[in-house]
Amino acid sequence: MTFFLRTLQLGIKSLLVHPLRSLLTVLGIFIGVASVIWLLAIGEGISRQAQKQIEGLGADNIMVRSVKPLRSNDQEASFILPYGLLREDYFRIVETIPTVKSAIPIREIRCELSYRDRSIDGRLVGCTPEYADITKLKVERGHFITDGEVKLEQNHCVLAAKVAERLFPFEEPVGRRVYSYEYQEFYQVVGVVRDRTPTAAIGGSLEAQDFSSDVYIPISTMRKRIGDTVVLRRSGTREGETVELNQITLRVDKVANVLRTAQLVQETLEPVHGRKEDVKVIVPLELLEQARTTRMMFMVFMGLIAAISLLVGGIGIMNIMLATVTERTREIGIRRALGARRRDIIRQFLVETIALSVLGGLTGIAAGYACRPFVAMLRELMMHNTPTLMQSLPEVVRNVEPQVVPFSIPLAFGISVVIGVLFGLYPAYRAAQMDPIDALRHE
Amino acid sequence: MKLAAKLVDLRKDYVLKGETVRALRGVSFDVPVGDYVAIMGPSGSGKSTLLNLLGCLDRPTSGSLFLGEDDVSKMNDNQLSRTRATSIGFVFQSYNLIQQLTVLENIEVPLYYQGRLSKESRERCRLLAEMVGLQERLSHRPSQLSGGQQQRVAIARSLVNDPYFILADEPTGNLDSATTEEILRLFENLNEMGKTIIMVTHENDVAGRAKRIVRLRDGKLQSDTTLREGPAQSRSAESASAIEEIRAAIGSDSNKAL
Ligand SMILES: Nc1ncnc2c1ncn2[C@@H]1O[C@H](COP(=O)(O)OP(=O)(O)O)[C@@H](O)[C@H]1O
Ligand SMILES: [Mg+2]
Repeated sequence: MTFFLRTLQLGIKSLLVHPLRSLLTVLGIFIGVASVIWLLAIGEGISRQAQKQIEGLGADNIMVRSVKPLRSNDQEASFILPYGLLREDYFRIVETIPTVKSAIPIREIRCELSYRDRSIDGRLVGCTPEYADITKLKVERGHFITDGEVKLEQNHCVLAAKVAERLFPFEEPVGRRVYSYEYQEFYQVVGVVRDRTPTAAIGGSLEAQDFSSDVYIPISTMRKRIGDTVVLRRSGTREGETVELNQITLRVDKVANVLRTAQLVQETLEPVHGRKEDVKVIVPLELLEQARTTRMMFMVFMGLIAAISLLVGGIGIMNIMLATVTERTREIGIRRALGARRRDIIRQFLVETIALSVLGGLTGIAAGYACRPFVAMLRELMMHNTPTLMQSLPEVVRNVEPQVVPFSIPLAFGISVVIGVLFGLYPAYRAAQMDPIDALRHE
Repeated sequence: MKLAAKLVDLRKDYVLKGETVRALRGVSFDVPVGDYVAIMGPSGSGKSTLLNLLGCLDRPTSGSLFLGEDDVSKMNDNQLSRTRATSIGFVFQSYNLIQQLTVLENIEVPLYYQGRLSKESRERCRLLAEMVGLQERLSHRPSQLSGGQQQRVAIARSLVNDPYFILADEPTGNLDSATTEEILRLFENLNEMGKTIIMVTHENDVAGRAKRIVRLRDGKLQSDTTLREGPAQSRSAESASAIEEIRAAIGSDSNKAL
């Protein structure tokens, strides 16, 4: 034990002969190790974000959405464009696919809603009571749409928390009525639900959605009061669309049946929508698996970059140690004369390289843990100083919360030790192979 | 009489670019315990080669070299290292201290390679430093010491493993005459203590202080002259007390060759 401590002490003393040189060598490993941890943490943060969103959609769910087709020339004449899911599709799916446990028809229409002198740009969402369950909406006040309200086609609505906050900053919303000028309708507020986190676009198959301006009403009410056709006023021209349903959300009985069910849904829709390509089937489970493989690839890629930086650090160590060995030839000769065996010399220099790389590793790990606060700080800073640049960044980059991956800590440390040994071995071997007589004669 | 070293027809050839240089061509002599030998000879006569063999830094091409009972010519690299660690004390012309270590740590180095570091050994190193007059300088670096002081550290270091003999290669070559005198006095005291000393020098004055002069020429023994038997110098009161000090420093169990 004392022997080991002595060796270590000796190594440190020798390293302190050239503090700057040792520091720079440590820096190489430090950067390598910190970048391993950082890159993995950022990768993990991004993939967790994606994963959370996908999981938010539900692994046992399938979503079928209407897609507005690109207008082709021959359709230009008619300004009302019919497309998308039909109520008939909904019934066909529910009736013919036994693995579908429940299904929610959804219709979404943008419209302005007001209360007294306050108004917001809202999104009316026509749905059924199960919607709250499947999308995991939490009711804050009152209640969500009920079966009774659907049956009676009542003009009742449930507000997203943000909407409630903006239309009723001072009043209790439940019991009051919001007004749609466009459709000349009043809707009585029966409940408020907590905000949902918006979903980012996932892999091109699902566009970003923001639920903060949602106002939920019974789908039957929406059909009766508004109908399927809406006219969009946009810069003078009048365009319109006829859409029966924007989305059907299906819940499958078992996760194991999800992929097969999705296949059946696709086949069911094929005869009507196959050519028009105006619907698409989104399977969160599939996305989840895609995200997993993407994550793996990302990790491998990041690992590769980090490995390269560690390699560079290792080469730095080797370079310095080779110089050190040459410089200390005389010392090696003296030590050999005083009884050091070859392996004692090897040990001495290895201890030095390992000390350097372990120091780099430990400080690198410390810096690795600083990743999260650092990114948070950077974000703050950019928000204040360059908000436009910040806005132009992709959402994932803007919102990323780095997650230090637990295994990256022992990994980084292990790598730094291995680097120390690997790149220290050759210089140490060179030192040990010196002829003691020649070494003693060295100036 | 017990022998510290026995050289039997020692030969050393160097092969350089296909050409063989015969540096030693059969050298035989004995070094009894307690001897004080000066090796002399012109440049290129093989002094350094001989010293390297005696110091177990190299193996002879043929012949035998016995240190105590062991034949050095049959040892492998590890055994040679071991022998250097336990049985030989080196004193070099240029001191050869390790710059980043303190005086005390430098003295300890041979013990470190024997794995014999302990509180007692540290105390022993302290005594040795005291013996060479450096008790005030224990934690100084070599660069903070004069040449004479550095050579004293080297001598203390050469004694720490209680060697068969001290090998000194031009130990006074870098020193002025006053310091040379101090170092030679130290050697004489050590020799009187029973320490065996083998020293290479080209200065007649220095060689004259030894008990015996071995002259080399062209890799062969030219002459082997005994200058005096017994103590190297008449015992003055001063040297007697110095000897007491050394005895204390080295300890009673120390001189294994005795
Ligand atoms: N490593 C070596 N390689 C080749 N020749 C050497 C080597 N060392 C010494 N010699 C040769 O051996 C002879 C003796 O050298 P050396 O022992 O150094 O003599 P000295 O020390 O008495 O001057 C010289 O001719 C020298 O050139
Ligand atoms: Mg020479």
